[in-house]
Amino acid sequence: MRRKHLVLVAIVSAAALTVPACGGDSTSGGGGQTTGTALEGEGPITVVQGKDTTGFAQKILDGWNKDHPNQKVTLIELPESADAQRQQMIQNAQTKSDQYDVLSVDVVWVAEFAANRYITEIPEAGLPLSDMLKPVLDTSRYRGKLYTVPSTSDGGMLYYRTDLLQAAGITAPPKTWAEMVAQCKKVQATPQGNGVPCFAGQFEKYEGLTVNAAEAINGAGGVITDDEGKPNVNTAQAKAGLDFLVTAFKDGTIPSEAITYKEEEGRRAFQAGKLIFHRQWPYQYNKANASDGSSQVAGKFAVAPLPGKDGTGVSSLGGHNFGISAYSKKKKTALEFIKFITNVDNNKLQLELSSLAPVYTSLYDDKALQAKFPYLTTLKASIETAKPRPKVVRYGDATQAIQDAAYAAIRGQKTTDVALSELQAKLTDITK
Amino acid sequence: MAVSTAPTKASQRPQKVWKSPTEGQGRLAAMLVAPTMLVLLIVIGYPILAGIRQSLFFQSQQVDENGFIVEGDKFVGVDNYTAVFSGDTAKAFWNAFYNTTFFTVVTTALEVVLGVAMALIMNKAFAGRGVVRASILVPWAIPTVVSALLWRWIFDANGVANNVLGTQILWSTDGWQAKAAVIIADTWKTAPFIGLLVLAGLQVIPAEVYEAARIDGANAWKQFLHITLPLVRPALAIAVLFRMLDVLRMFDLPYVLIGRGKPSVETLSILAFLQTDNARFGPAAAYAVLLFVYLSIVAYAFVKLVGADLLGEARAKSKKPKGQRRIGRTVARGDTP
Repeated sequence: MRRKHLVLVAIVSAAALTVPACGGDSTSGGGGQTTGTALEGEGPITVVQGKDTTGFAQKILDGWNKDHPNQKVTLIELPESADAQRQQMIQNAQTKSDQYDVLSVDVVWVAEFAANRYITEIPEAGLPLSDMLKPVLDTSRYRGKLYTVPSTSDGGMLYYRTDLLQAAGITAPPKTWAEMVAQCKKVQATPQGNGVPCFAGQFEKYEGLTVNAAEAINGAGGVITDDEGKPNVNTAQAKAGLDFLVTAFKDGTIPSEAITYKEEEGRRAFQAGKLIFHRQWPYQYNKANASDGSSQVAGKFAVAPLPGKDGTGVSSLGGHNFGISAYSKKKKTALEFIKFITNVDNNKLQLELSSLAPVYTSLYDDKALQAKFPYLTTLKASIETAKPRPKVVRYGDATQAIQDAAYAAIRGQKTTDVALSELQAKLTDITK
Repeated sequence: MAVSTAPTKASQRPQKVWKSPTEGQGRLAAMLVAPTMLVLLIVIGYPILAGIRQSLFFQSQQVDENGFIVEGDKFVGVDNYTAVFSGDTAKAFWNAFYNTTFFTVVTTALEVVLGVAMALIMNKAFAGRGVVRASILVPWAIPTVVSALLWRWIFDANGVANNVLGTQILWSTDGWQAKAAVIIADTWKTAPFIGLLVLAGLQVIPAEVYEAARIDGANAWKQFLHITLPLVRPALAIAVLFRMLDVLRMFDLPYVLIGRGKPSVETLSILAFLQTDNARFGPAAAYAVLLFVYLSIVAYAFVKLVGADLLGEARAKSKKPKGQRRIGRTVARGDTP
């Protein structure tokens, strides 16, 4: 009996070892890659994005579905966290699945997705690219070629409580970090502002921490990677930027529980009236102004550019662009859909319904929209001076290294000197 | 005159000496089980071998002159394994190894204590026993990811845990509190599992044994120590083995409850997963194979040391003490159990 077992095991092992050899591993990848000219295939497609926190994405898709009954678009929602979205899209590409057609690519993944051939090149003909904000258009290219079409942009803004500042006799929002801390102290001395925490952003160990750390470092005049993509983060300016965050946690300017904040936790705290200043994306504006009782601060806040060390700060450029999955079988429909959803009218609709930042200069300069959305001018200024996060192909490793350094420094596990020098070494390794 | 009786059919047939109650059924059993074994070998055996093969390759991360990643797998032999044990990755690996072992030891110990207590309660007959049994099993029935999300809400900075304890502990930040949160969530979820297996073992113990002990003047604690524990040991050993192997592979609870990139709760499975996140399947497979080896060693050592009776051989092999009743035997000799 035992020998039979051994024989059986031996046969199965031999089979298992030879099957992969003829099964064809990824030695010949990237078969579905065209050289960027003819995008073919029509039919129903899927558009993949993160969780629709505003609730209006389907409405915009309905506009297309009404006119194109044979090429219906289905919305596939991925988890809220950017890391999880990236992971799902990479998985889809690694399995060469045609389930995802149009991808909502975060601006920081464009280099990675293009270099790994997860998305195809997009012909520029017929796209109103010259009407878009320049920093936004920059994010959609890889090595000069267009791989994605900008759909929404994003810049960080400082949300501040106008009622609390007024009660403390402050007339203008702060322009520097020192000013912000001083204003907080004044506000906390008033009866309305007593006990209200000063400032928060996104400091949980995820992509949001990279954004906030980059803003702190850039706001002090430092860089993480320079314009050529070479890391240069071990500088005095970068240290000053990171030190601001570290000291703010230590002396209570940032409440200790803010280390668990992602976007939604911070928004909940701000809407409950538990923050004086909040660094947040524009999507919070409409939600915090909601008059249905979900927000305690409706009508009591405004936005301003982020403060920096010696003057106005720098926000991290966010936003999403639409790309076509290299393994999609309906690339023609995908391109037509992308042209539809990124046109000026839909961009305006996205702004009106979901307060997502548009990409067209004309929309920012429109007087009627400026009256309706008072934050548009602040947002335009924020985006035009925004700095993108490091544009490296191995972005997953780069962002993890930045998060490790920032989190360890904030938690006091490493000094900023040690954290930044280790980060420089790691980034050099990743970008070589 | 010699009486020659024609041999009857019955006596012509040689009397077979049956060595065990189930002899002669082996081949039939093998054939009945073969389809399942085949499926298992394909579903379990093939991925293991494919994983080992994958761990010998490396996906390039170099960018060619056009800006595209060089494609294809390169055969690197054991380089993936040596990379795990050198430099920064070695620190991460040994940290994950320590975390995994720590979780295994602590959660299994806690769960055994709680599980045996639960089983003893469930074994007693009282009004509403059925409801209590069902409700004790509810945590085990909830998928781990769902329970991790539930516990994440409980351990939120403004959540129920902090409210009840009156503290402001930031449970999901890196440190001992993250470990504590994972241990609490895991114990809540799987103590019922051990309770269930031990309950099955308890129900086989005949009541006469306890009666005899009570007549001999043994109190409850002595009964537990000298009767219950030894008799329930086979079931308990199997339950502990299953739990240990489960916890060694733990991924979803720390990943969902605490989050990625937190060294204090990073386990070996999380390390493998993080590698796949960056499409480095060779190193990911290397981590998986190392975890597999670790698991095999632990399982083998446990079975050898504790004698977990996985195949039911103990009952057949143990000798009956001369002149004494075989304690615990509940089937008559000659019957198939």
